[in-house]
Amino acid sequence: MSQQPYRHAAENPSPHDHNDKKNITEKNATDYWRANLRLLATLLVVWFTVSFGCGILLVDWLDQFTFFGFKLGFWFAQQGAIYVFVALIFIYAWRIQIIERQFGVDDDAEEESL
Amino acid sequence: MSTQLLTYLFVGASFALYIGIAIWSRAGSTKDFYVAGGGVNPVVNGMATAADWMSAASFISMAGIISFMGRDGSVYLLGWTGGYVLLALLLAPYLRKFGRFTVPDFIGERYYSKTARIVAVICLIFVSFTYVAGQMRGVGIVFSRFLEVDVETGVIIGMAVVFMYAVLGGMKGITYTQVAQYCVLIFAYMVPAIFISIMITGNPIPQLGFGAEVADGSGISVLEKLDTVLIDLGFGAYTEGSKSTIDVFAITAALMFGTAGLPHVLVRFFTVPKVSDARKSAGYALAFIAILYTTAPAVASFARLNLVDTVHNTSYEQAPQWFSNWENTGLVEWQDKNNDAVMQYSAGIDNEVTIDRDIIVLANPEIADLPGWVIALVAAGGVAAALSTAAGLLLVISSSVSHDLLKQTLMPAITEKQELLFARIAAAVAVCIAGLFGIYPPAFVAQVVAFAFGLAAASLFPAIVMGIFSKRINKQGAIAGMLSGLIFTFFYILYFKFVSPQLNNAEHWWLGISPEGIGFIGMLLNIGVAFVVSRLSPPPPAEVQDLVDDICIPSGAAVAHSH
Repeated sequence: MSQQPYRHAAENPSPHDHNDKKNITEKNATDYWRANLRLLATLLVVWFTVSFGCGILLVDWLDQFTFFGFKLGFWFAQQGAIYVFVALIFIYAWRIQIIERQFGVDDDAEEESL
Repeated sequence: MSTQLLTYLFVGASFALYIGIAIWSRAGSTKDFYVAGGGVNPVVNGMATAADWMSAASFISMAGIISFMGRDGSVYLLGWTGGYVLLALLLAPYLRKFGRFTVPDFIGERYYSKTARIVAVICLIFVSFTYVAGQMRGVGIVFSRFLEVDVETGVIIGMAVVFMYAVLGGMKGITYTQVAQYCVLIFAYMVPAIFISIMITGNPIPQLGFGAEVADGSGISVLEKLDTVLIDLGFGAYTEGSKSTIDVFAITAALMFGTAGLPHVLVRFFTVPKVSDARKSAGYALAFIAILYTTAPAVASFARLNLVDTVHNTSYEQAPQWFSNWENTGLVEWQDKNNDAVMQYSAGIDNEVTIDRDIIVLANPEIADLPGWVIALVAAGGVAAALSTAAGLLLVISSSVSHDLLKQTLMPAITEKQELLFARIAAAVAVCIAGLFGIYPPAFVAQVVAFAFGLAAASLFPAIVMGIFSKRINKQGAIAGMLSGLIFTFFYILYFKFVSPQLNNAEHWWLGISPEGIGFIGMLLNIGVAFVVSRLSPPPPAEVQDLVDDICIPSGAAVAHSH
């Protein structure tokens, strides 16, 4: 089996160049975007909850709990939220790639064009 | 070997490394100069972004600020990291798909308007110069304390090094030197942090030591002890805040949205090969940043505790060695008010010890009695943090001048070769201006940090995000929005920081929001105005709506970019 991506065949325009419009259907693009917005909304709710929620608005209430020697609210404000931030970005990168492949709008085959 | 000699050796070796990298990675085209050719590996770019982001303020000042602010200091921790989530989710992938060279490029094209581009350039230059002034001062501080040269000489040496790699190498040179600088700075930050954590808690991981018990057999935790000690001295408890919740909320939001709108950070995501790399790269960047940002609050608490322990009620005769070392720089002062030759430290008027927050990190190795090479390492780390950020800022200033002002607006006829020459000249001029700021620091440097984040949050961030997520926002809306956010934020800060500083307190602030946090309100204003004005004027032309459709789809970035 040839390792060449199919797009090099002349009769099959690449899905990864200016022919995008012909290959990616209108419906795929819209569905992809909707799925993306849903994922973004979920992750941003978590982002807001750990930082503005646990670290600022609820900090005094959470401080009644102890977590590894910290007051819980204080821990979120100075440690926890930052760990969650890092996780959120990697979760987004991972989930959105699955969604992209599902709708055929991924950029998987683009490395060799550089 | 003396500490002095070691410091010369470490700082000298790091400079040689940076210049070596600069020569190896000279820029040959405008694409090399602006976006490092567009082929940077996401992990490498993540590391470069981390060094770009972590400035003299993060390395030298942040732990000190938290040390004296306690829980209120979390505005910086949350604000300066949370912005990366927004960057990775809402900005970086789309800007990468757009695939041009600068942030004003995006605003100019998306809003089909030279005016919008110029407004963006003005914001960018203002924000970046504010920021760069602080970096050069950081270089000056490090040089004067550790190398015992004049601040002027220090700044000039720093300028010469930045000149070498920013002017020759452009983004390409900067990217690879920043990778080296990240390694130097994180190593330099962690080594003393680990030692001081072991000294105070017996736990080598500062993030865990932070919550652990003090290693004196008393069984109470670091934070409990700190609370008790500080309350005894008349300060507020370390783990409780003194700012109002609304102000903490607004400052954190302004710093977060500002971070996500800072041009020197955004432009780093133009350098990776494809859209998925931009997302991963932001993740790596924040992971590399988080190593320092989760260590800083631990260092802050250890240092404050140690400070009280070693200084308070100690006779001046027996003051620790670091105390007299730093007295020479004027960053530590002792005034024997009650003439008992003993140093008293407290929150009241009888306090005799004044400590500049900047020394918390710089004096850490001495406070923890670490060997000379660690002190030398911290000096090299401080310089690396300041230079890496300065270079990133100078690059966005020069590319916005050569690309957005000259090529795209005033002199569209210039060739690529001329544009590259102008970029280098602009970088050289910017280095000189930054150097002047370092040698003659304007008295208002500390005051204007609020400007950099506030203005980025109120102008650039909303304009970019709305441009990506709404097809309906048109040029009238975007320009009106940016200007209203910008002007509102600018005058609010100007009023409280410069016109009537005596009124700068919670009683007079609007809604109880300090000038540091007002950028958040400016951002909401920007969004509101942009929506209303866009509704009242015609929608953007079809080709702009197509552009928005196009940047939403990840595929095709590499091909579009190579044209």
